[in-house]
Amino acid sequence: MEDNGTLEATSAPAGAPRTESTVIKVAGGQPEIRPDRETDQLKITLGEFEGPLDLLLYLIRQDQVNIYDIPIARITDVYLRYLNLMQELDLAVAGDFLVMAAQLIELKSRMLLPRDPLAVDEEEVDLRADLVNRLLEHEKFKAAAQMLWSRATVEQAVFTRAEMETDKNNPEVAVGLFDLLTVFQKILARHKEEVLMEIEREEISMAEMIERLRNMVRSAGELNLITFFERASSRRQLVVAFLSVLELVRLHEVTLLQRETFGEIIARTASPA
Amino acid sequence: MIDKAKAARATNDEAGFEIEAAPDSEIIEGHHQVSEAELKSIAEALIFVAEEPISARSIADLIDVETDAVGKAISELVAEYDERNGGLQLREIAGGWQIATRPEHHEHVRIYLKSKPSAKLSLASLETLAVIAYKQPITIPEILEIRGVQSPSAIKTLLDKRLIVAKGRKETVGRPMMYGTSKEFLIQFGLKDLSELPSIEDFRDLAGGES
Repeated sequence: MEDNGTLEATSAPAGAPRTESTVIKVAGGQPEIRPDRETDQLKITLGEFEGPLDLLLYLIRQDQVNIYDIPIARITDVYLRYLNLMQELDLAVAGDFLVMAAQLIELKSRMLLPRDPLAVDEEEVDLRADLVNRLLEHEKFKAAAQMLWSRATVEQAVFTRAEMETDKNNPEVAVGLFDLLTVFQKILARHKEEVLMEIEREEISMAEMIERLRNMVRSAGELNLITFFERASSRRQLVVAFLSVLELVRLHEVTLLQRETFGEIIARTASPA
Repeated sequence: MIDKAKAARATNDEAGFEIEAAPDSEIIEGHHQVSEAELKSIAEALIFVAEEPISARSIADLIDVETDAVGKAISELVAEYDERNGGLQLREIAGGWQIATRPEHHEHVRIYLKSKPSAKLSLASLETLAVIAYKQPITIPEILEIRGVQSPSAIKTLLDKRLIVAKGRKETVGRPMMYGTSKEFLIQFGLKDLSELPSIEDFRDLAGGES
């Protein structure tokens, strides 16, 4: 590659002051220079690179040439230089760019050929017309994209109301009184537990709990376990209470009976076998 | 006299509710008798609750009156909104009507909603979208022809964002899929319909003029 001029960009050591030559400007792209940690080199990312037509348009604008009268030879040279640079910078050059390069070279060589004297010479066909049309067409859509962009920006500043709560999008609204009570009870239970844990820090030992259960069963003859568990004022006590029931059952001091499935559980003094 | 009142009450009971008609307001012809003032307020209420922009026709069907009458009621509503110059606008978008905030209040609305402007489409996606919007229905090779570059990721983004939809297959070699813009596109870009897009030829002057 000869005469890169200001296009040379790679191989600058990281941390070196950025000079003008480290920046490639590409229409539509937002070039970004990042130090590559492994190789200690600066790498260029071209971000949104918009394809050969964009590059061509950019080069035409940069050289301030008339789009209807493109100096094909010059533009082709610059285009190829950019392509070379991109390859040198390890940028994956998409096939589209190569296709355009080939088309430009073909155009350039055809324009160098003398006009066929035998050809019907009624209208002088500009070989570049096709390319110019494509460029203009492309530019139109770039402008249209700009228009869409501004419309979207305005639209993003406009808000509609938030979604309303209806039975359709929130089935939970449609619960009955019973479900509500259940939830309320759960919340109450949780609340009670939390508060009591804050206040009471006294611990009751396993032995004490067993003694309490034994007394309660003995004094009444039988004991609804719910009554017993309810006396537990913390999660820890509840666990101890539960264990003490298991323990007395294991020791055959009490028997448990349940009259119906999911019904209340009654503890009784075990009748001597 | 008494009978008449009874009858009137019976009709109202049937409807389940009663709306006081303004005494001097004209009665709109239809299967249902609704005064102009009523129609206007019903239309406004429906536009407010509708999840999506609602068309004058849908409103007319709901109230069982002529679409033209609803159209007239809505134009009056729009005039009222504009005259009041408040925080809300009543606007036509994607073939329907919608109540929305005015863009100038976006800063405060955003603070309240704790929302940031959502990620914008990339330039590649926007250009692809522009091509599709103006040339639809269009196939992917045709998009490539215009843009001069493959745009698979842009197409995917646009499909993911539901801005474009497949519009059947083109009856040509390989029967490629054709794409067009969606209703979501109209909503996101604040368009009544596709005809509201400026003519692509207008961009030609713009594009050519720059050189």
